Amino acid sequence: MAARLTIKQLSTLHVGPLDLELSRGECVTLAGPSGAGKTLLLRALADLDAHDGELLLDGRPSTGMKAHEWRRHVGLLPAESQWWGESVGMHFESTDAALLHELGFKPEVMQWEVARCSTGERQRLALVRLLQNRPEVLLLDEPTASLDADNVERVEAIIGRQCREYGVAVIWVSHDIQQASRVGDRCMHMSEGKLEALD
Amino acid sequence: MGAIALSPLDLALASILVLALALISRRMRFGVENRLLIAALRTTVQLSLIGFVLKVLFENATLWWVALLAIVMLLIAGREVMARQERRFAGWWGYGMGTMSMFISSFAVTLLALNILIQPDPWYLPQYAIPLLGMLLGNTMNGISLGLDRLTTSAWQQRQVIEARLMLGQSASQAIADIRRESIRVGMVPMINAMTAAGVISLPGMMTGQILAGAPPMEAVKYQILIMFLITTGTGFGTLGAVWFGSKRLFDERERLRLERLKSGR
Repeated sequence: MAARLTIKQLSTLHVGPLDLELSRGECVTLAGPSGAGKTLLLRALADLDAHDGELLLDGRPSTGMKAHEWRRHVGLLPAESQWWGESVGMHFESTDAALLHELGFKPEVMQWEVARCSTGERQRLALVRLLQNRPEVLLLDEPTASLDADNVERVEAIIGRQCREYGVAVIWVSHDIQQASRVGDRCMHMSEGKLEALD
Repeated sequence: MGAIALSPLDLALASILVLALALISRRMRFGVENRLLIAALRTTVQLSLIGFVLKVLFENATLWWVALLAIVMLLIAGREVMARQERRFAGWWGYGMGTMSMFISSFAVTLLALNILIQPDPWYLPQYAIPLLGMLLGNTMNGISLGLDRLTTSAWQQRQVIEARLMLGQSASQAIADIRRESIRVGMVPMINAMTAAGVISLPGMMTGQILAGAPPMEAVKYQILIMFLITTGTGFGTLGAVWFGSKRLFDERERLRLERLKSGR
């Protein structure tokens, strides 16, 4: 069976060339100094930046589908969430009450004004927003950076379940070594655009 | 019956008013006196030249001369659209996009008006064709430059939001939809306002001119209504086209936002 995500000779101006395979349900954590190209790697994987090399999802090349379809399958959660509508609900097509509950929200959150949400609330809501696309690959750029301990635990549990139950493959950028060993099946280190495996 | 002819002295007296304004600007350090004087000078020189050109053109009313002047007017208007952009598309696109949209909408509306509505004989009679095209180009130029400027400036400022929407699997067209709608609105609002105010707050220039030249008011009004409709249509379709082209050009074939296609204009 083809790997969930296959990266072949991926390179951009500042990243790679690099190869990587993620199997179904696998979580790879990524650490490294700022400026190493972690965010740029995630952007290239979501096809937001021009790149050389090949990306395959379950054996299907990214070039074989429309770019926005690719991004529905390969969801990128940026470090800083962006909101364009006034209320939270304007950013959601449907409401997944169970998922909201797991992240500590009541369904009424949909009526909230975005401007009155804290950074941490926005970050968690951005995760719910991304998960409603049911992506097969998740690219998480420091998803717990502005969360308290309880919420870090919640987010880790939800991502873990995505891996186990839906076979979602995850690349998780984290500076927290303990978190990396907690959530990651494999830990990788990035510097100057190159990847190396850590034991 | 014609208009009362102006003597050079009349114009000289009017120019003193502008000079007085420039002097006050200088005394009070508003810093616009140079631009004011240069603009006043440009108006004098440019209008004198076009007066001369029109005089010659009216005496030699061939299609080719009319077409040549029309093209020159279009190219200058295209340059003006580009110059008014804070961030414009780099390379040929910066000039081509606005000029092309202006060409299609202004020329189509002018040809329609000359051949079907006004029907002078011959249809390209410069007394009709050139002022008509001039009014259309002038207004379409405004609409397009406002629309494109809003499009590129907003895309630049809101690049993170646009990319966030792309990350969520929205198509490029969805991700830019709000900005595109706003840009088209901005381009069309001046004409809508002009139509709203016409007659009650402002007497439009063309109508005023015809009345001064001795035309019966109702005839002048009919022309003015026609012109308003033509200008609004020309501006509207021109702005729609330019903003639509522009919003496509902001993305590549993989629906990536390509802001490096813009460059700072000033």
